[in-house]
Amino acid sequence: MNITWYIVLSSLLFATGAVGILLRRSPMVILLCLELMLNAGNLALVAFSRMVGNEQGQVFAVIVMVIAACEVVVGLGLIVAIFRRRLPLNVDDLRELRG
Amino acid sequence: MEAVVFFVAAIGALGGAIGVIAMRNPFYSVLALIVHLFSLAALFLLLTSAFVAAAQVVVYAGAVMVLYVFVVAYVGGGGESAWEPIPGQRFLAPLLGIALFVELSIAVLGSALKALETHGPDTPAGFGDPAAIGRLLLEKFLLPFEASSILLLLAAVGAIVLAARRQEASS
Amino acid sequence: MTGTAWAWLVLLFPLLGSIVIALGYRALPQKAAGMIGTAAIGLSFACGIAALISLLGEDADARHHASSLWDYASVAGLDIKLGIYLDQLSIFMVLVVTGVSTLIHLYSYGYMQSDQGYHRFFSYLNFFVFSMLLLVLAGNFVLLIVGWAFVGFASYALISFWYRRETATRAGMKAFVINVVGDIGLVLAAFLIFRELGSFDYGTVFERAPEVFSVNEWSITAICLLLLVGAFAKSAQLPLHTWLPDAMEGPTPVSSLIHAATMVTAGVYLIARTHVLFALAPTAADISAFVGLATLLVAATIALVMTDLKRAIAYSTMSQIGYMVVGVSIGAYGAGMFHLMTHAFFKALLFMAAGSIIAAMANEQNIDRMGGFAKAMRFTSVTMLCGGLALAAFPLTSGFFSKDEILAYAGARGGMYLIFVVLGYFGAFLTAIYTFRLIFRVLQGEPCAEARELIETGHVAHEAPKNPATGEPEDTDVGFPGPEHHIAEQSAPMRVAMGVLAFLALVGGLVQVPGVDNVIANFLDPAFEGPVLSHVHPSIEWDWIGLAIGGVISLLGIWAAHWLYVANPERPRALEQRLQGLHDFLFHKWYFDEAIDLLVVRPALAIGRFANRTFERFVVDGMVTGTEETVRSAGGIVSRVQNGFVRSYALLLIAGFAGLALYFLLSSS
Repeated sequence: MNITWYIVLSSLLFATGAVGILLRRSPMVILLCLELMLNAGNLALVAFSRMVGNEQGQVFAVIVMVIAACEVVVGLGLIVAIFRRRLPLNVDDLRELRG
Repeated sequence: MEAVVFFVAAIGALGGAIGVIAMRNPFYSVLALIVHLFSLAALFLLLTSAFVAAAQVVVYAGAVMVLYVFVVAYVGGGGESAWEPIPGQRFLAPLLGIALFVELSIAVLGSALKALETHGPDTPAGFGDPAAIGRLLLEKFLLPFEASSILLLLAAVGAIVLAARRQEASS
Repeated sequence: MTGTAWAWLVLLFPLLGSIVIALGYRALPQKAAGMIGTAAIGLSFACGIAALISLLGEDADARHHASSLWDYASVAGLDIKLGIYLDQLSIFMVLVVTGVSTLIHLYSYGYMQSDQGYHRFFSYLNFFVFSMLLLVLAGNFVLLIVGWAFVGFASYALISFWYRRETATRAGMKAFVINVVGDIGLVLAAFLIFRELGSFDYGTVFERAPEVFSVNEWSITAICLLLLVGAFAKSAQLPLHTWLPDAMEGPTPVSSLIHAATMVTAGVYLIARTHVLFALAPTAADISAFVGLATLLVAATIALVMTDLKRAIAYSTMSQIGYMVVGVSIGAYGAGMFHLMTHAFFKALLFMAAGSIIAAMANEQNIDRMGGFAKAMRFTSVTMLCGGLALAAFPLTSGFFSKDEILAYAGARGGMYLIFVVLGYFGAFLTAIYTFRLIFRVLQGEPCAEARELIETGHVAHEAPKNPATGEPEDTDVGFPGPEHHIAEQSAPMRVAMGVLAFLALVGGLVQVPGVDNVIANFLDPAFEGPVLSHVHPSIEWDWIGLAIGGVISLLGIWAAHWLYVANPERPRALEQRLQGLHDFLFHKWYFDEAIDLLVVRPALAIGRFANRTFERFVVDGMVTGTEETVRSAGGIVSRVQNGFVRSYALLLIAGFAGLALYFLLSSS
């Protein structure tokens, strides 16, 4: 398979993740969709690394994974905090920034 | 042979992705994501990135997803109501997703990068080995390596602070 | 000193007088203001005489000079100077204006004595004389228009002199508005003259006109018609005459000066001055003559039924100016100007006498309440009789010689112009009738209450002051006539002025007896060289025949007035009842005011109302409100984007990203 397939697949997964963020209201699922997008980026990175021929892209992907983990930690902590305060776990209900 | 594996893994990734965004129950979404992650690991292996694939399985699917499972179990999470408060969102979101995908594909397929058409250069034997990755991490990318470890520390501390029980504030 | 230097002095003195009195009105005692005012005009007259002497010392052909003080505008093809033009016509007008004005100032010195606006009066009066002299002496059309406008303003200021009287202020505004209509005509004519001939200067215009225009071309006819609009508004000819009777709201000296002798003759002067242009547009000249004829007859018929003394004399003025307009429109310039001079004498005199009588009647102006003043006020009655005889063209008075000369000229031109002769004599007949109607009503008969009071006690009647037109009670404060009334018998300045004018009214015609001497016409004729409307001159025999016919008609008229109004006291009333419809028509001044109200005032008000209700509200307000609404609704739409939902913000983000990517894709293809 030439690299093009991987890139196209990556963009498809990225688009899917974006749609998911826009459509789902539960913060949990939104975080999951974020993971999707990050992973799509990882796939692209690794594919390009293979295309170029050195492992730098793979190192980048590892660092991205670390970052994803940090973000998940903080996000889940937020969700737990929201749940603890008995606020509805619904992104639409958090709209104090109204215009 | 490679093509078959690719397509299987691709379908798995795609199916997992769609499962994440489509399932009502967040727990099922988590499971779909795990499937997606495993498929991605397979794809990484196809791209001779053994370390990254292993890290994906161990760190992502192993640790991060377990975290998710714990939180979903704690929080629960029913479905969401069917009614969409924002007019047009249900229609515009898929539209924009498709648009995004099409544009990116056109950009990729129509690009002048000839190298995309290839399989890539022939790689030496240790390409993608942990040794190679490790060497890069400790030599060339030492700073990002250290920075990301500090970031991990910050994240952990932040999580503890966020989740701690609020002492009834005296002031 | 050259003639033009004297002419500049003629202009200077009244202006100085006006300014000095105006600035020093607190410091100057009343008598001083009056004396300064009168002296200023007197000096002006003296300088006029000096200018005349200087002109007479030259050849008859060379008696025209232009002199300018400074260049007002000489850019872009314009060459307007502050310049005067001194020739026979202008010096003639200067002498008439300053001479009669001096006498009227003298009269006002006594008449306005108890008026609290004394200083203001003399300042305005001096300013008026200055403006009239400016008009007459102007050497180019721009300065003419300046003088024209100033005269209009002075007239307005003097008509509404008693400014607390509502009828007076309304009359002033009416006069001003109608004069503005005339001003428009004059200004447009000046524009057209500049466009066709390239200059405003009299000398240049009158030289170039015969070269540029051919006879009866539409452009020169248009110019002349526009000049006529201006002339008719100022001289109160049909249809722009409705302001003159209302202008009688002003004090009597004002009526005497402005609305008899000087301002209303400005139109006649204009036509005479631009005779070169009218010679090239005979059609316009004929139109002018016919309008003058129509005015003559209409005004004479209205004067027959007027009961207000001053208004009756005003209509008589209108009628006589009709004669003058006819005169200068058919080419009888000398005769027309001569009539202007004699009319100034006897009309000013008539107004002065009327003022004296009205003062005796404690500001009552209705002749039906007057009577028998012949015994009560000898001097006034005699002078009034002199003026009346001259107006009625009684044989050998000044009016006799001047009026009939115009008609003789018309007869000499023959053809269509015989209409003027016939109707002119008919007008003269009516003139005699209405003049003596007034004189018999006022002077003859049983003395009325006020006259009896004068005879018995020698005191002038004193009533609670009220508006003579509406009868509402008034004050004697500033802005109203003062508490005292001054009659000629008790005031020397008034007597002097009236005496001089009476003398002139009787013997002033002897300067132009046909066959004997021809002073005025001989003097003026060189000013009217060049293309003229007609070169005929009536022969001396025809002149005398015309005069004889005129004399007969005048006597007939006086006899008719006696038969109608004196012989049988019941006859006027019976006549009035028999011809009720005609009487009403005449009494309402041929319904001109109502017609103008219907044709001009109501449409103008309707347009204004439409503009306010429809245009202003829907179009203008609509545009403003519409813009406001659009902006507000646009703002409303945009502010709905900020709905607080994070997901919609995310949508916008991704939409923006997609758009950007699209742009880059397209721009790189």
